[in-house]
Amino acid sequence: MKIGKEKLIDFYWKMLKIRLFEERIADLYARGLVPGLAHLYIGQEAVAVGVCAALREDDYITSNHRGHGHVIAKGADVKPMMAELFGKKTGYCKGKGGSMHIADIDIGILGANGIAGGGLPIAVGAGLSCKLRGTDQVSVSFFGDGSSNNGTFHESLNLAAVQNLPVIFVCENNLYGISFSQKKHQKISDISIRATSYGIKGVTLDGNNVLEVYDAAYKAIRKARKKEGPTLLECKTYRWRGHHEGDPNQGTRYRSKEEIMKWKEKDPIAKFVDKLIGDNIISENELENMKVMIDNEIDQAVNFANESEFPADGELYENVYVMEGK
Amino acid sequence: MKEITYSKAINEALLQSMEKDERVILLGEDIGVYGGIFQVTAGLLDRFGPERVMDMPISESGFVGAAVGAALTGMRPVVELMFIDFCTVCMDMIVNQMAKMHYMFGGRGRVPMVLRVPSGAGRGAAAQHSQSLHAFFAHIPGIYIACPSNAYDAKGLMMEAIRNDNPVVFAEHKLLYNEKVPVPSDPYTLPFGRAEIKREGKDITIVATQAMVMRSLNAAEIVEKDGIEVEIIDPRTIKPLDRETIFESVRKTGRLIVADEGHKTCGVAAEISAMIVEDEMFSLKAPVRRVCSPDTPVPYSPTLEKAYVPGTKDLIPAIKELMEYR
Repeated sequence: MKIGKEKLIDFYWKMLKIRLFEERIADLYARGLVPGLAHLYIGQEAVAVGVCAALREDDYITSNHRGHGHVIAKGADVKPMMAELFGKKTGYCKGKGGSMHIADIDIGILGANGIAGGGLPIAVGAGLSCKLRGTDQVSVSFFGDGSSNNGTFHESLNLAAVQNLPVIFVCENNLYGISFSQKKHQKISDISIRATSYGIKGVTLDGNNVLEVYDAAYKAIRKARKKEGPTLLECKTYRWRGHHEGDPNQGTRYRSKEEIMKWKEKDPIAKFVDKLIGDNIISENELENMKVMIDNEIDQAVNFANESEFPADGELYENVYVMEGK
Repeated sequence: MKEITYSKAINEALLQSMEKDERVILLGEDIGVYGGIFQVTAGLLDRFGPERVMDMPISESGFVGAAVGAALTGMRPVVELMFIDFCTVCMDMIVNQMAKMHYMFGGRGRVPMVLRVPSGAGRGAAAQHSQSLHAFFAHIPGIYIACPSNAYDAKGLMMEAIRNDNPVVFAEHKLLYNEKVPVPSDPYTLPFGRAEIKREGKDITIVATQAMVMRSLNAAEIVEKDGIEVEIIDPRTIKPLDRETIFESVRKTGRLIVADEGHKTCGVAAEISAMIVEDEMFSLKAPVRRVCSPDTPVPYSPTLEKAYVPGTKDLIPAIKELMEYR
């Protein structure tokens, strides 16, 4: 597939933005400047960016607990994201959701989700809604290898298949459900084979290769728009950090330092940079300038979050129900 | 005004809502050709076709979750869970997704959907097809709960449930399906949070839900011969709850029985009793009594089931006992 220069540069921009955002969060957490819980996406950037680059703004995604990458790739603004992580009222969810519940329905983000496997049926419903409203929108669900053992995975693939819905199931197989390795939690190595049980196509991809992910996502999305049904994409990848910030020694209780190092050598961003430079798409100087610009944007987001107010106590009681007429 | 059954009234509410608003869709097991296990959706497949009356595979998490996703993206799904007992296999979609999204997302996104849950014992269906579990949902912020006690209320409450922008659990009672009362053939809604005084009396208040209303009316007729005047209040929605109508009645009678077919412990009756103790205790002349299902699973044998189901056998002694207090 031929991909234009602008799109390639956008891949880099988005992947780097996710990386730098997450690195900043790691730093802020370590210094105790952000409350709560965060699950970082570093190492998996090519999956979110490759898939979302093939989507339109009016397409839908459901994300999971490790959702920062998905929502940035889908177009979320890092300012209200950062404010949300800080628990401020200017955050995406007015400080009520935090890291695991960022949502922006207007750009198709139907929420990150704190329940493993929770987002799949919701994405199926969004796909159902696209079909019934007669649009050519599609819906994507991001989830991990661990969730592929949850009943919702099986129920959702089956339901999307029998209803022929425009849904793309994107399994990010990062080899671990928290500490439980894929080798121990299932008997198969390629999760994509599970698609066969539901009569749909399943593909296994190098999830650290943004071009490969984009190409496969593009084809699956085009198929879904043509009302030819759902696809399961399994993207093999790896999370560099622990399950959450605070997982001791980045998860070396359950995986070796050698294994982590091996995957760091397959860095999706470094690999892509080599290609961009090798193909004379962009110069190192330009890449550096982009980094400065993103860093600057994240600085501004941190300032915005710091300067924003916490919600007033009374806001505790708001938004439990839709107050009609408002 | 024509007399129709409770099930026909719900059917009419579905039909008229679907005629008025094409976003209204039905999902459930065997609701199409079969017409629903209790025939509540009979005829709707022929009228609206398989795109709007969708038979679902046996995968409650899958299709309740799909309804959440469809509701978030512009549809108004009405889901039939064949029996309220089956809510346990999709509780995550109800409790963690449907109920909380509007709040978690800080007011972004709405989940206007209805979950129809046929409940109640008395049909020899034993422990997994006879429960009255509506109190489960009352414990969770973000859900409205309607519990109609007759056909007129059922139609008006269902039309309101579908029109409402919040998720609604609609707890139908299986023993009421064939009960008839006059029901207007034109569409109408009944507001949530508005109790109805089903019978006026000065001596004792019974707050009764679902089939307990009918049973309380029977008990009231029996004790009338002894000169006891019973007032019966049907809250019609457990959430929101019309506290004021209940308080007013208790201020008048000074005696309260709460009759609900849920289990006694931590149930709706417990909640209403606690509410009276907190806010209206000094109006009481007598202790509060709860007439509920016992804290046992629902038994199969007809004799045991008869002993299990709360009714006049339990209401009359409670009324007489409370009348001893002067």
